[in-house]
Amino acid sequence: MYMHRALIIVTLLMSTQITTAQESRFGVPATQADIDKSFWAVFPDGEFLPEGEGNVAEGRELFEYNCNICHNFPDENDPVKNRIGKLFGVKDKRGKTNLKQTIGSYWPHSTTIFNYIRRAMPLVAPMSLSNSEYYSLTAYLLHENGIIAEDYVINKETLPKVEMPNKDGFVNAYPEVPNKYKSGH
Amino acid sequence: MSKKKNSLVIDATDHTTKGGLLNRRLFLSSAIATSAALATTRAAYGQGVVGEGQEDWVLFPGSDALEYSNRSRFEVDSVKRLLPNDSQEFLDLRLTKFVARTPLDHLMGTITPNGLHFERSHQGIPDIDPNKHSLVIHGMVKNPLKFDISALENYPTVSRNHYVECSGNSAVLWEKNPTNQSLQEIHGLLSGSEWTGVLLSTLLDECGISPDAKWIIAEGADNGMMTRSIPIDKALDDTMIAIRQNGERIRPSQGYPMRLLNPGFEGNTSVKWLRSIYVSDRPVMSVQETAKYTDMMPDNKALQFTLEQDVKSIITRPSNAMSLKKHGLYEITGLAWSGKGKIAKVEVSADGGNTWADAALEGPIHSKMLTRFRVPWLWEGGSAILQSRAIDEFGRIQPTRKELIDARGRNGIYHFHAVHSWGVAKSGKIKHVYA
Repeated sequence: MYMHRALIIVTLLMSTQITTAQESRFGVPATQADIDKSFWAVFPDGEFLPEGEGNVAEGRELFEYNCNICHNFPDENDPVKNRIGKLFGVKDKRGKTNLKQTIGSYWPHSTTIFNYIRRAMPLVAPMSLSNSEYYSLTAYLLHENGIIAEDYVINKETLPKVEMPNKDGFVNAYPEVPNKYKSGH
Repeated sequence: MSKKKNSLVIDATDHTTKGGLLNRRLFLSSAIATSAALATTRAAYGQGVVGEGQEDWVLFPGSDALEYSNRSRFEVDSVKRLLPNDSQEFLDLRLTKFVARTPLDHLMGTITPNGLHFERSHQGIPDIDPNKHSLVIHGMVKNPLKFDISALENYPTVSRNHYVECSGNSAVLWEKNPTNQSLQEIHGLLSGSEWTGVLLSTLLDECGISPDAKWIIAEGADNGMMTRSIPIDKALDDTMIAIRQNGERIRPSQGYPMRLLNPGFEGNTSVKWLRSIYVSDRPVMSVQETAKYTDMMPDNKALQFTLEQDVKSIITRPSNAMSLKKHGLYEITGLAWSGKGKIAKVEVSADGGNTWADAALEGPIHSKMLTRFRVPWLWEGGSAILQSRAIDEFGRIQPTRKELIDARGRNGIYHFHAVHSWGVAKSGKIKHVYA
């Protein structure tokens, strides 16, 4: 009996190995060019941030020509543009932090701004600016949200060091929502 | 029993609750096989042409067979209404119509026809040439590899029934007052399909991932390059690269030629037009997992990576897409689903949750897929509040709206999954209510 079982196991192992040996493998090596073309992520610690440098003054000018068609300046209040996406608004009238989802009040990582606007903005022509220009727009958005001074230069070294006001405002819900936010059952 | 063979007589033994809900087996019995009562009388033809009185489609040859079939030209209502809630000025600025919802009130069963699957893009639907598209897997792997569509087609495929639900589905139900929106507008970011593709674990195995890998970062080839981080345990479990939907190649709006499909996870993570997967030890913190798709809790902390969806159900008929015209027997039917596994039970109430009756579940019940439920209901003309609540195989019970809001507040936008209520007035008119 035991001999038989052992035989069966050996046979199974052999057939597994055969299967492995014959496993379908159809991927071809990806070149660095393949990777560069299809991967634009930038991590919170600054990994994959490109060369280049930007500043608030240039960012303001770029904002006027590339962004203001859809997004309000800080002193504007066009309701349609607010509906598109409010980019500023750190404090409410009583001076309380407005936790509506704006950069200064909600976004936990500075790199997310660069990561997002470089891949997705301006809406009519994403990726149409240079890395330095995207750095400048990032600088402008951070400055107008009260996070960096007007003369702070943004590049791959300085951007990850920018501390966001709401950096500790998030709670991980994976794999389980924390008990205090679970409903009833 | 014998009385039921011949006529539709419902007595006290059929009632399961005070709201008029009947035993779910009633629909299955011969009691309401009304065909016998519907005997038709054939008209006697006269002496003339024998086709007299026949419709044109009987008398004349029909149209040609088509390369790709269309629906009947009379089916004009079963469409994804593009619902211009926003001003034209807004839509002009936004450039593309970026959302279309499934007309759940027009559908039965659990499979959504491909042309009616809900659509959600962030910067429009790309027109991808499959010969110029491939998936690159790189990062913490031994061998960074590239797979085009013909390579993927060579692998052993899996075909699985799964729903996709946008995390913003039903979001209007967070609002303080009940909504006048239609069933389609409220819940239509939900569809179910048979997806065919290659398990991602197969491709990751071929690339040889590092034991320190904790996440994958998926990026799409759409304008705006949608990017999401997905935990590696999910990626190695049932995540697939889907290339077919209900047998045919997935449509451009669903990610042609290839998409990620994370069964049971919030829809946005199933990145369409997939072009790269970076194997990582940490999430990328993209805009869609920080600024968006996160929910503010009452203590001003925001829930992040609420990926696996809760247990949920909705009644799709009757709904506010119709009114009850006369008193009598109706079927209450709807859909239930869980992001964790199979639906175990659905209960229906006609009195706002005071009493509940078990609904019949239509099988086979698939994991992380829509399950159709049905229960017969005798409407005797009074006002009623119809609700459904689902329970999954892990015992998770769909919460009431009050329970959900007590736990999570009302500042969130996404992940609404509480019991939904249809209020039936004495007039037979149906509208959304809170109960």
